Amino acid sequence: MNSTASRWSLRVLGLGYVFLLLLLPLGLIFYKTFEAGIAPPLEAITSPDGLQALKLTLITVAIAVPLNTVFGVLCALLLVRHRWKGNFLIDAVINLPFAISPVVIGLSLFLLYGKNGWLEPGLAEAGVKILFSTPGIILACIFVSLPFVVRETVPVLQEIGTEQEQAAETLGANAWQTFWRITLPAIRWGVAYGVVLTTARVLGEFGAVSVVSGNISGETQTLPLFVSKQYENFNLPGAFGASVLLALLALATLLAMNFLKRKEDA
Amino acid sequence: MGISVEGAKKSFGDFQALNDVSIEVPDGSLTALLGPSGSGKSTLLRAIAGLEALDGGRVLIDGEDVSKKPTQKREVGFVFQHYAAFKHMTVYENVAFGLKIRKQKRDVIAARVHELLELVQLHGLADRYPSQLSGGQRQRMALARALAVEPQVLLLDEPFGALDAKVRKDLRTWLRNLHDEMNVTTIFVTHDQEEAMDVAGQLVVMNQGRVEQSGSADELYENPANEFVMSFVGEVNRLGDAFVRPHDMEVVLDADERTEEGLVQRIVALGFEIRVEFVLGDGTEVWAQLTRAELQRLELREGQIAYLRPVQAKSFNGASAPDSTGASTPRRPTGGDGAEVSAAA
Repeated sequence: MNSTASRWSLRVLGLGYVFLLLLLPLGLIFYKTFEAGIAPPLEAITSPDGLQALKLTLITVAIAVPLNTVFGVLCALLLVRHRWKGNFLIDAVINLPFAISPVVIGLSLFLLYGKNGWLEPGLAEAGVKILFSTPGIILACIFVSLPFVVRETVPVLQEIGTEQEQAAETLGANAWQTFWRITLPAIRWGVAYGVVLTTARVLGEFGAVSVVSGNISGETQTLPLFVSKQYENFNLPGAFGASVLLALLALATLLAMNFLKRKEDA
Repeated sequence: MGISVEGAKKSFGDFQALNDVSIEVPDGSLTALLGPSGSGKSTLLRAIAGLEALDGGRVLIDGEDVSKKPTQKREVGFVFQHYAAFKHMTVYENVAFGLKIRKQKRDVIAARVHELLELVQLHGLADRYPSQLSGGQRQRMALARALAVEPQVLLLDEPFGALDAKVRKDLRTWLRNLHDEMNVTTIFVTHDQEEAMDVAGQLVVMNQGRVEQSGSADELYENPANEFVMSFVGEVNRLGDAFVRPHDMEVVLDADERTEEGLVQRIVALGFEIRVEFVLGDGTEVWAQLTRAELQRLELREGQIAYLRPVQAKSFNGASAPDSTGASTPRRPTGGDGAEVSAAA
């Protein structure tokens, strides 16, 4: 078999796979959304329930993503730079959210904070409501998206090694200065990929959120729950419109990062 | 600033990297830590910088015990084998790093950085990133970076190890001149004895976590303390209990009571120097270093029998070496003297 033919068949196979499984379904959503013009989807999104869902989703992203970023970087530093025997345990535990179904994660939060839950009496006394409100949704999203920044940062930290940090030390930098001036700039693109993945996951999280939020329209509904609800209510333009909005939000994060990276490389 | 290390001990798990090491580095000297890999030389250098904490013993810089001081307070300049360039910073920013940490004024930093870039011949490359530099340029940048903060001592860990032979030789000369100019106490680690002898005034030979011997290049070459030092600071043949340098092996065509018979196995021309490999009667393999003129005069051929006479030999079992012809014998007969040597033979 000559190499041109094999190269082309590989290309066709790869592109065909991506097209059938990814691009075709996504493209159909875009097509269906705007089939009857821009008015119906826009109306659904700008409805009070739709706007509330968008707002709640953005609030969740704004809190869960920074928290998981800081935690993720600290955790990666601990795993890579401070070797001790218990590290393999931390490493395994970090992966749990990947291994466990989001619905189960939602249920476990229910058992902790819900009626007769472990922490429920104390929280009720303090007047803090976790379940069926924004804090519960944020907790669920933090849980499911926790591994991304750690997983993206660990290999980059391993790759850069410790020599640059040691060089900074010999030049008089303390640990804090070394982190901000040397380590963080060196791992920034790993962290950035982690942030993009975390954002995408928090934007799209359905299973865990649907358990802990109570799915109350106009109150505790995030965009994915809103999509699902519109679909159940046969409001297809609404469902498609919200879907496209979700996809665009995720796309925007990805593009923003690529833009920053390209600007820096130039 | 003089440096002394007293009774340094360091283990990594079961591996003992430093086993009671003490060294003395005089103020303003250029000292080489020389040894094979795993001899503990790099660990010792890193311990002086504070990058490695000792299990026992102490480090003194200018008489002050710095064992408990963190690296950032020791004021040492450190140069790494693989440069440790700050990849996200330009050459200028790399060199300016230590000054920025010390909160120097902007114009003071600019003046100092440009002065140093001039010194390491990197002016004009200030805005480049390390990835746009060659290995030699990167190492010179790292050196400028280390010198920028005017360190008390300069420590170099196999600084030329990752460079090709030609660049290495240039940088070697350059480092020696730089040291003569700046006079900062400098220690550098190397496994290359030629490099150590070329650059350093004082050598410390290390092996298996211990100091085998220290002294000037001449002292180590002429009076090695033991077999290890003798074979590490130069080539050596073993004849029974005696050790002979290849240039102290005289090759003659007639036997007498002091010669050994050998079969010429291979003749390798390495430019001016000729390497003649012999097998002795008992199977020992030795080689003699001859000049081109000597080889032509002797008309040696591979496969022929010739006779070897050790001009100068050392033995480490007894006190002194059996010196067959006396200490005044020239160590290395040059091409022009060949006729005289043959006449004497």
